[in-house]
Amino acid sequence: MSERTDLLLSIADDELVLGWRNSEWTGIAPFLEEDVAFSSIAQNEIGHARALYELAAAELGTTADELAFDRSPAEYRCAPLVQLRKLEWARTIARHWLYETADEIRLAALRASDDPEIAGIAAKMDREEAYHRMHAEMWVERLLSSDEGRARLNEAVDELWPYALGVLDDGLRPELRSRVERRLGRALPDVEPVSRDVHEAELAELLEEMTMVRRSAPAGARW
Amino acid sequence: MALSHKVTEADVWAALAEIPDPEIPVISLIDLGVVKDVEVEEGIVRIDFTPTFMGCPALDAMQRAMEAKIAELGAEADVRVLLDDSWSTDKITPEGREKLRAAGFAPPAPRPAGKLELVQLRSNGFRCPYCGSTETRLDNLFGPTPCRSIRYCTACRQPFEQFKTI
Repeated sequence: MSERTDLLLSIADDELVLGWRNSEWTGIAPFLEEDVAFSSIAQNEIGHARALYELAAAELGTTADELAFDRSPAEYRCAPLVQLRKLEWARTIARHWLYETADEIRLAALRASDDPEIAGIAAKMDREEAYHRMHAEMWVERLLSSDEGRARLNEAVDELWPYALGVLDDGLRPELRSRVERRLGRALPDVEPVSRDVHEAELAELLEEMTMVRRSAPAGARW
Repeated sequence: MALSHKVTEADVWAALAEIPDPEIPVISLIDLGVVKDVEVEEGIVRIDFTPTFMGCPALDAMQRAMEAKIAELGAEADVRVLLDDSWSTDKITPEGREKLRAAGFAPPAPRPAGKLELVQLRSNGFRCPYCGSTETRLDNLFGPTPCRSIRYCTACRQPFEQFKTI
C-alpha cells in the first residue's frame, strides 16, 4: 500500500468511526439542539470518509463501501481517540474539541500538499469542519465559565490527552499541544501518544454493529 | 422523440436549469451553482458536477436526475463528480438566493475574506426571511440538513433556517 493510500485510509477511518460515535448521540443527547448538532456532524464526517475512501479505492481497485465495511478490525487505521465509546457528556465534548483541533492542524497541512486531489478534498472538508470547530469552541467556552464545568473538562482532557496526540504525526503534535494548553491556560504532561497501531476492544464492537446489515445480505443489499 | 437538431451546450444548460434541487425544490441545480462545466462531444454530454456538502444525501439524486434529463434530450450523460474545492455557497446565483428567501430560507451570507468566525455568526447581521428584521440570533449552528443553521428572529418571534456560509 502506498504512503498516500495509507494516509487517505487513516483519515477516512478517523472520520467514519468518529461519525459513528457522534451518531450514537442521536435521540439521546442532553437536549434537542445537541441531538441535531451531533447528528449533523456525524453526517458530515461520514460524507468526508466516503470521499476519502473513494480516492483510496481508485488506487486499490476496490470500492468505498468495501473499504468502509469489509475490512477486519485490525486493518483499520483510525486513531484510538475516535474508537473510545464515551457515552458521558464531558468526555464526549473533550474528545470532540481535541479531535477537531487536531483535525484543523492536519487539514492545514494537507491543503498545502503537492497532490492536487488531496489538497482539494482537504480544502473542501475544511469548509464544513469550520462549523464543527465553532461548535466545539462554544462548548469549551461554556464549560470553562463555571467551576464544575472547568473541572470536568480538565479531567476529561487529562484522560484523553495521550489519545489526542495519537491523531497527529510527530511533526504536528507540538502545534496541538500549544493550542490546547493556551486554551486551557495550563501545561499538559509529556506522555507517550497512543498510536494508530492500537485497536481498542470498543472498535471491534463498533464494527460488529456497523456492518451488521451489510453482512446480513451477502449478495448486496438494495435500499 | 425525433431530434430536430444535435444537442448543444445551450440545450444542456437549459435542461439542467429545469431540475429542482431534491431537498429544496424551489431552486434548480443551476441556481445552486453545482454545474461547473458542460461539454458536448459526439453525442456524449459531459457534466462537471461539484457537490455541495459532502455528506448530503441529495447528491446521488442530483446525479441521477441529470442523467435522466440528458437522456430526455436523446444524448448520453457522463457526470463527473469533482471533489475539489470549487463549490462554495458564493456559487448560489442571485436568482437562487431570491428564491430561497421567498421560500423562507435565509440565503447564505457572503464568505468573509478571512476565516469564518463564531463572532460573526453570533452577530445580528442576518436578516429574517419572514419579516426582514436583522434582530436575529444564532440558535443552533446545525439544523435539519447539513447546509442549514437555525436562527431566531426576536422581532417576529419566529425561528428560521439560515443557510450556512461555506
